[in-house]
Amino acid sequence: MNKDLTDSIAAERLSVWKFILSEFKPKGKILTPFNVISVPIILVGIILIVIRFWKGIGAVTNLSQEIPWGLWIGFDVVTGVAFAGGAYVLTFMVYILNMRKYHSIVRVTVLNGFLAYLFYAGALLLDLGKPWNVINPVIGNNFGVSSVLFLVAWHFLLYMIAQLIEFSPAIAEWLGARRAHKILSGMTLAAVIFGITLSILHQSGLGALYLMAKEKIHPLWYSEFIPVLFFVSSIFAGLGMVIFEGSISHKVFFKQISDEHHKEQRGIIHGLAKICTATLFVYFFLQLIVFIHGKRWDLINTPMGYWYLVEMLGFVLLPMLLFFYSYRTNNILMIRLASILTMLGVIINRLNVTIIGFRWDIAVHYVPSWMEIVVTLTVLLTEIWIFRWVIRRMPVLWESTIWKKDNPV
Amino acid sequence: MDLDRRKFLKVIGITSLSLAIGKDIKAEDTKVNKEFNGVLYDASRCKGCHGCEYDCSEANSLPEPAIIDEDAPPRKTDETRRTVVNKFETSKGPVFTKIQCMHCNEPACVAACLTQAMYKTPEGAVIWREDKCMGCRYCMISCPFDSPKFEYHSPNPKIEKCSMCFETRISQGEIPACAENCPNDALLFGNRRELISEARRRIYESPDQYIEHIYGEHEAGGTCWLYISPVPFKELGMNTKLQKESYPALTKGFLYSVPSIFVLVPALLLGIQQATKINILPKENEDE
Repeated sequence: MNKDLTDSIAAERLSVWKFILSEFKPKGKILTPFNVISVPIILVGIILIVIRFWKGIGAVTNLSQEIPWGLWIGFDVVTGVAFAGGAYVLTFMVYILNMRKYHSIVRVTVLNGFLAYLFYAGALLLDLGKPWNVINPVIGNNFGVSSVLFLVAWHFLLYMIAQLIEFSPAIAEWLGARRAHKILSGMTLAAVIFGITLSILHQSGLGALYLMAKEKIHPLWYSEFIPVLFFVSSIFAGLGMVIFEGSISHKVFFKQISDEHHKEQRGIIHGLAKICTATLFVYFFLQLIVFIHGKRWDLINTPMGYWYLVEMLGFVLLPMLLFFYSYRTNNILMIRLASILTMLGVIINRLNVTIIGFRWDIAVHYVPSWMEIVVTLTVLLTEIWIFRWVIRRMPVLWESTIWKKDNPV
Repeated sequence: MDLDRRKFLKVIGITSLSLAIGKDIKAEDTKVNKEFNGVLYDASRCKGCHGCEYDCSEANSLPEPAIIDEDAPPRKTDETRRTVVNKFETSKGPVFTKIQCMHCNEPACVAACLTQAMYKTPEGAVIWREDKCMGCRYCMISCPFDSPKFEYHSPNPKIEKCSMCFETRISQGEIPACAENCPNDALLFGNRRELISEARRRIYESPDQYIEHIYGEHEAGGTCWLYISPVPFKELGMNTKLQKESYPALTKGFLYSVPSIFVLVPALLLGIQQATKINILPKENEDE
């Protein structure tokens, strides 16, 4: 390293804080349709969160003694984490299988995954009766090691750290911290391997949470294979999200993306469609085995049975066929349509296990209150705000030319 | 690679060591060898005076029960009452049933709790410890009897459920408030094993008065609270679809797979990574 470079780094370090402060100023137009819609929702959401901590969970939710987990767990956490699965699938493909083709979308996917975990774990705090005790299972001697939730909680925490390490080179590039960049880049592979292992366990663990609720979940959605089904479906849930989010990012952040990456995108989506077809097929087959093995034919001719058929045929089999057909004919638009169907299917599946099929037999059914929905939207929209803030500043979609040589792979 | 292998061995060493130590501690715990306490509820003796409800609320400083309308639909326990007695019109006329936490031998709520706030005492009572609880309500999801109740309208909510009066009475050598004051001897407190013998004796001596089933002997892997009744328990609104195995057994398979996945998957991933790396090396050289 020559003297000029060291000097410039020292000067950079001094100005880092100034630089960070300046980065808080908004970039881009302020009165966009997204801002106009999202800001009022977020403000109402914040008021509702204050009420929730002031008056208790019952003041804003429709939860009851029979149904203790509602939209905030069933959608925000269980569904949201499934959609964040794209990060571990893509890091597996790029860093473990060394598929260089997908390298350009790894950063944005990992960022998406990290923010999803950060915000959905945050949403979990809203649902806790005594959130200040959340540190109990982390520190102290209160380890409930026989609990699936203990495993899931720890894995959330560790996986967030792993994802932060995976993403940290981008932060280092943004701040111009060259030495930190080198160290952090060196940790990527370890973080990836650790992260994939954690993901396999907690994606399935989210399903395993419901194993003890044996009589409470409709038999069409309860089986001892929930963990396996949750894990397999998180693969196409994550990839569906990557395709969907990628299509939007390419329109919204058009200028951020280099021409090279624009050209690559078609090939990437095409490749992901293939993987989706395969995993959807595996999932459909698993569901079929569970169905036949559990001798559930007599349950089909009921309202819940029809709903089950809608899920399986309309949101698993149909997107699978669409993916298959569209990658054979190289129809990008149809792949996008299939990815949306896949995502809807995952939402329906997770809600069927956690809300719709949960205590389907009791008199008073749970329907989320408008306040629960607004808080959920607040979490979602705030995440998109942060996502946009990062995308516009850090080298996520584009690669800074100065740094190109240092980047591994 | 050398370093990785060393690290790998280190992890294995630490894991096996901690496993070994963990087992030791567990073995000591079982040495206490206390028998569980329990309560036998005899539905043929209960006259439905609801006295136990009043005793319970007094002993646990809960609000006094509201006026009880016996013809209204069966009530449930909630965050203000740990026990209720309901009247059921059955094939043998009106029969009363008391509901409260069943104090399972292997409680689902204890297995579910990630902070050990739900705790099975060696004496048999399942208690809730406020300082540890984070209010996640996973115990409520897991409990097959829907026993734990949550204060939804409090900024510092509690879980309410029957504690068999463990902190206030059993630990002082007294018996639960409901069992002490029952005027009809419908509630009998004692050693669970002896209570099962007593229940069998009652059924054997007056077979016309009881059906041949002790609810709680095998339900959910066995519970400390036991029921005998003149009519099938289905007629008393009790859950008769429960499995005979304990509920924590349902997650055992998953939890047992965790350590093996933690050891095997990283090794496999590292192996794949090393194997596929060679393919791209020439390409990288071309770039430079």
